[in-house]
Amino acid sequence: MSEATRKYSQSSFDRSATPADEAGERLITTVLRPLTHTGNTYRIVVLVLFAIVCWGAYAYSVQLRKGLVVTDMRDHIVWGLYIANFVFFIGISHAGTLISAILRVTHAEWRTPITRMAEFITVVALSVGALFPLIDLARPDRVANIIIYGRWQSPIVWDILAISTYLTGSLIYLYLPMIPDLAMVRDRLSTSMSPLKIRFYRLLSIGWRGTSAQERYSSKGIGIMAVLIIPIAISVHTVVSFIFAMNLRTGWDSTVFGIYFVGGAIFSGLATLILVMAVLRRAFHLGEYLTDKQFLYLGYMLGTFAGIMIYFNALELLVPGFKMEGSELFLFRQRFIGEYAPLYWTYLVAGLMIPGLIILIPRTRTFWGIIVAAILVNIGMWLERFLIVVPTLRVPLMAHEPASYSPTWVEWSIMAGAFAAFCLLIAVFAKIFPVLSIWEIKEQLVSEQSNIVEEV
Amino acid sequence: MVINLRRCDGCIGLGLPPQCTQSCILGHHVPVGMEWIQVYEYEFEHGGSYFLPAPCMMCENSPCTNVCPVGATFTTPEGLVLIDQKRCIGCRLCMAACPYQRRFFNWGNPKIPSAATSYQYSVESQVPAIKGTVMKCDFCPDMAREGVVPFCISGCPRKALWYGDLEEDLATNSEEVVKLSRYLARNHAHPFKEDLGTQPRVFYVPGHGQDVGRNPYQSGLRKVTWPGESRE
Repeated sequence: MSEATRKYSQSSFDRSATPADEAGERLITTVLRPLTHTGNTYRIVVLVLFAIVCWGAYAYSVQLRKGLVVTDMRDHIVWGLYIANFVFFIGISHAGTLISAILRVTHAEWRTPITRMAEFITVVALSVGALFPLIDLARPDRVANIIIYGRWQSPIVWDILAISTYLTGSLIYLYLPMIPDLAMVRDRLSTSMSPLKIRFYRLLSIGWRGTSAQERYSSKGIGIMAVLIIPIAISVHTVVSFIFAMNLRTGWDSTVFGIYFVGGAIFSGLATLILVMAVLRRAFHLGEYLTDKQFLYLGYMLGTFAGIMIYFNALELLVPGFKMEGSELFLFRQRFIGEYAPLYWTYLVAGLMIPGLIILIPRTRTFWGIIVAAILVNIGMWLERFLIVVPTLRVPLMAHEPASYSPTWVEWSIMAGAFAAFCLLIAVFAKIFPVLSIWEIKEQLVSEQSNIVEEV
Repeated sequence: MVINLRRCDGCIGLGLPPQCTQSCILGHHVPVGMEWIQVYEYEFEHGGSYFLPAPCMMCENSPCTNVCPVGATFTTPEGLVLIDQKRCIGCRLCMAACPYQRRFFNWGNPKIPSAATSYQYSVESQVPAIKGTVMKCDFCPDMAREGVVPFCISGCPRKALWYGDLEEDLATNSEEVVKLSRYLARNHAHPFKEDLGTQPRVFYVPGHGQDVGRNPYQSGLRKVTWPGESRE
């Protein structure tokens, strides 16, 4: 250990023991424990997830060999599960960065223990979601054409630009606040980890010593990124809605689509964040930091967004429904009494109304109530994505019978693989990086402590 | 293209499948399942029906070329919308965008007659069809250059389909030649779904086949066949 490192770790951690220091010590041991200790449950979970990912990869290899004919998409319903999942995953990526950035910008103190996880989810969901358009592509061998012959007028090119910008921004925004924690891992665990791992953390912590100059630059960088990432995140889901809204189709041809998609994205993102937090809290014993308060506040946000989504849906139904122009009647019948009525009613009632009510009623607004609401919201929002893609494409544009679409085993398997990949990446991330922002929580502990001292 | 619906009876009076579609399939080696020019039966509001042959509408403000991410579908200087199947990446956004459902996809290996597989690929004929790419009616530009009308025009037994050039102001149904602007004006010709603003270059003369003595209450198109159907 170099002289400077020792000084840094001593000055940070080894002062005379105050209660805040003790709490800080406990925090560090709890959060860093998963980095060095691996339980059997974790191994089994990872293995199972990996097996499902492999199964999905096998299904994709079948599709590569035989072509998209192995799906049930045909000339009338040209998009299906893949595009629905694309929208869903890009949606939950808003969990993260957007929520954590908004809370950081508004200095909400309760957010400190959840920002890191939210940012994890963003990066992972974006990476998984961005795969779906590629999986949906019939000629993945020609994907380079988008760069060689790319037309900036095409909504698909906007998508690629927006998503790659968002992914880059999210990675920076995940990484910047993590540097002090990575330096801590480097200094703390140097004895209990292999030299290769230590080198990895040394590389990533890019010589962080916690000097005042470093801290100044770091907080400046985080501040800039937190503000920048908000418009980028909003633009991403707006642009995702454009691959639908730019088409002359009943049900897609709508000016509200951009904001409707952004609202849905934050809504499902919040629900996913709640679920991931609950799982990691249980798995890594983080109950002291992820208290019911965090769940309650996120629950409030979830309830608010349930209200916003109900409002958007009312707009989406009332404005065209009042006029019933062209094929609207066909689309309305299909949604409310026809083929897609069971899914549509499930979405409206179980995906929007019930979660809203759970949060609204104090008796059900408990930890478990919020978990149930979050599960319902995720199911509901997945259904919503599916219902945006398929029933609209089913509306006949010429005088022919409406087509049908029931996804094949290949499509379901690839989807299962993607969900498993999402969980797997979260699990691996949580093993390599500290899941809580240690330095921020510690700062808070210290300031709370000094407040107490002042009061005394 | 002008399609005179007064003369179109969907070939049911002849007891044949729509001959425009059938000759297009044979001449163009169209893969099994696709009908680049397709005859739809539209119901009149108060009973009876009419037949509407739908080729690519060759829109001036074409939604398909507007959304293509790689410029694989494009408009030629003559105003034709064509597809380069060697560049198409198979995203199918153009198919979602086309308001006339005029685009078809090779979901698997295209089934075409074995003789057609050895042809030199051409954007103007789309032969041979390529797996994982979009296809559609192309107005047979390679034949037009030689002075030959498209397969659908020559194949129509009722001479209901006219092919021409808006700039030269001439059109032919392979029997007569007319001054296009006058023919359009006299017969109240209109594009299909004109209100969408796609500005199609296919015009329809309204009717239900009365010029060929069709009873509008008689329906039932026959099915076309593809010579590649027996291939794997």
